[in-house]
Amino acid sequence: MLTQRIEIHKLWDGDNLILGFSIGGGIDQDPSQNPFSEDKADKGIYVTRVSKGGPAEVAGLRLGDKIMQVNGWDMTMVTHDQARKKLTKKNEDVVRLLVTRRSLEDAVRQSMMQH
Amino acid sequence: TWRKRRERSRDRHKSRSKESSRSEKSVTINAPPAEPLLGDQSVRGEEVQDDNWGETTTAVTGTSEHSLSQEDIVRISKDLDDSVGLDCKRYLNVALSVILGLVVFLTPLAFLILPHLLWPDRLRACGTACEGLFISVAFKLLILLLAVWALFFRPPRAGLPRIFVFRALLATLVLLFVLSYWLFYGVRILDSQDEDYQGIVQYAVSLVDALLFIHYLAIVLLELRQLQPFFSLCVTRSTDGATQHYNLGQLSIQRAAVVILENYYKDFPVHNPALLTASKSRAAKHLAGLKVYNVDGPGENNAAAGIAQSQSRAMIAAAARRRDSSHNELYYEEAEHERRVRKRRARLVVAVEEAFTHIRRMQEEEQKKAPGDVMDPREAAQAIFPSMARALQKYLRTTRQQHLHSMESIQQHLAFSITNNMTPKAFLESYLTTGPTLQYGKDRWLARQWTLISEASVTSGLKDGTVFLLKCIDFSLVVTTKKIPYIQLAEEFIDPKSHKFMLRLQSETSV
Repeated sequence: MLTQRIEIHKLWDGDNLILGFSIGGGIDQDPSQNPFSEDKADKGIYVTRVSKGGPAEVAGLRLGDKIMQVNGWDMTMVTHDQARKKLTKKNEDVVRLLVTRRSLEDAVRQSMMQH
Repeated sequence: TWRKRRERSRDRHKSRSKESSRSEKSVTINAPPAEPLLGDQSVRGEEVQDDNWGETTTAVTGTSEHSLSQEDIVRISKDLDDSVGLDCKRYLNVALSVILGLVVFLTPLAFLILPHLLWPDRLRACGTACEGLFISVAFKLLILLLAVWALFFRPPRAGLPRIFVFRALLATLVLLFVLSYWLFYGVRILDSQDEDYQGIVQYAVSLVDALLFIHYLAIVLLELRQLQPFFSLCVTRSTDGATQHYNLGQLSIQRAAVVILENYYKDFPVHNPALLTASKSRAAKHLAGLKVYNVDGPGENNAAAGIAQSQSRAMIAAAARRRDSSHNELYYEEAEHERRVRKRRARLVVAVEEAFTHIRRMQEEEQKKAPGDVMDPREAAQAIFPSMARALQKYLRTTRQQHLHSMESIQQHLAFSITNNMTPKAFLESYLTTGPTLQYGKDRWLARQWTLISEASVTSGLKDGTVFLLKCIDFSLVVTTKKIPYIQLAEEFIDPKSHKFMLRLQSETSV
């Protein structure tokens, strides 16, 4: 499981701190509706939208990434609301995500095959 | 016919191109099918639709003719034997049971009448109580008579090889019972010439009551005990593998065999030896291709067995190794046959439908008005039969059923269909599908030719894993027994209010 660490600095938008992406998924959601997951039983948290020019895009987050950890908190077995809460803590202005994405694995496999 | 010739030449060309690479194979020649009248064919018996007549006459037609003639001989000799042996046994059984019945019925009456005959003056006359008992004895005897008639005096459905154990036991029980009553009567009442007539009448009444209870025991043992299913029997026919399953209760092997045979006549499609010739010819071809030469020379008598064994092993190894493409032939042959059958069936259906349109049922008024062209069903059948005869005969020959239907039987069936307002499809149903054996003539039934072959005694009960064979002349039914599993049911209660549902969530939150 290849992962990438992404550090997003939150941005002030009025009096809210935003990250600039949307999440979907969770253990209380219906996993078969997730267009980004490979395994349609995967109830993890996925990035469903990345707003253009936002802090997430700048930090390197891509559409379809699966978020494994947020600041050390596990995101693979949480409800949707718990995930939202972990991402929108008012007292933190930096979130460190551990994400995995299919294209990462493909890229590494390709580079391994070339050698 | 020009279409047939083209079809034939196409087949020949196809077969030749397939087999050009392999020199050892035979060339299939489609012999032009001869077309006699249906009547001639029924007299001749079995006409084998054989494409490889050049190569395999000895293997194929030999067996079918052989089995047919053997069948005839066995049937004739068996009929002679059975007509003598079976009647003897049956008459003996009937005679014994009638004697036993008479003894049993007359005993209470004898008990009542003997005191009046032997010591009438010393008897104490008893009044209304005795008369009441007389009435009850009379009615109980009547009920017993009807019950015994209902249970025992039915036409026998089968002749079993050994005695029916339960019946024999019951007969012995009744005999012993009646004898003991007579013994008591003789010693205590006749010898001492008892005057208490009421006591004697009550004694006779108790005998009749006990007989009714024995009859109840007979019902339970003979009829009720095997009703609850206990074993599941799997019956397979040895020639073509047709299989059925039956659930039976606790029966002896011979009684189970009778039940199975009764069901065989209605459930299994009729045994058709003409359908088995194809696999026999294939088997013959397998062995015909190999020849074994003994290069070590003659004169090795001690090692003859060893040589024979090594020869057969060598043959098996060679057969496994050579590139045998008979599977290819089988596939194409079966596809071709399927196509041919379907084409002939289509022609037959159209011909029959057209034939049925030529006749019409007359109404009552029309019958009085025009009595000229009136035909009864038999004549009507004979009138429309020629237009469908050829198509029907060709279809029967293609599906190898022509020996099962004679022209007479077809016309009879046609008259029957017309009388009962059946559609052409209903008329054709008995020719398009093979029916059970009972549907065909009595000479196909061979009901007296069955032999029960069993390792266990045939009067012993069925057990889990019992295997026995029911052999008819050219096929046999293999029967295996399995105990019906003991079913343990558990209960789960669902509260009707517990059926609740919710929508599936797919929320997306922006952070």
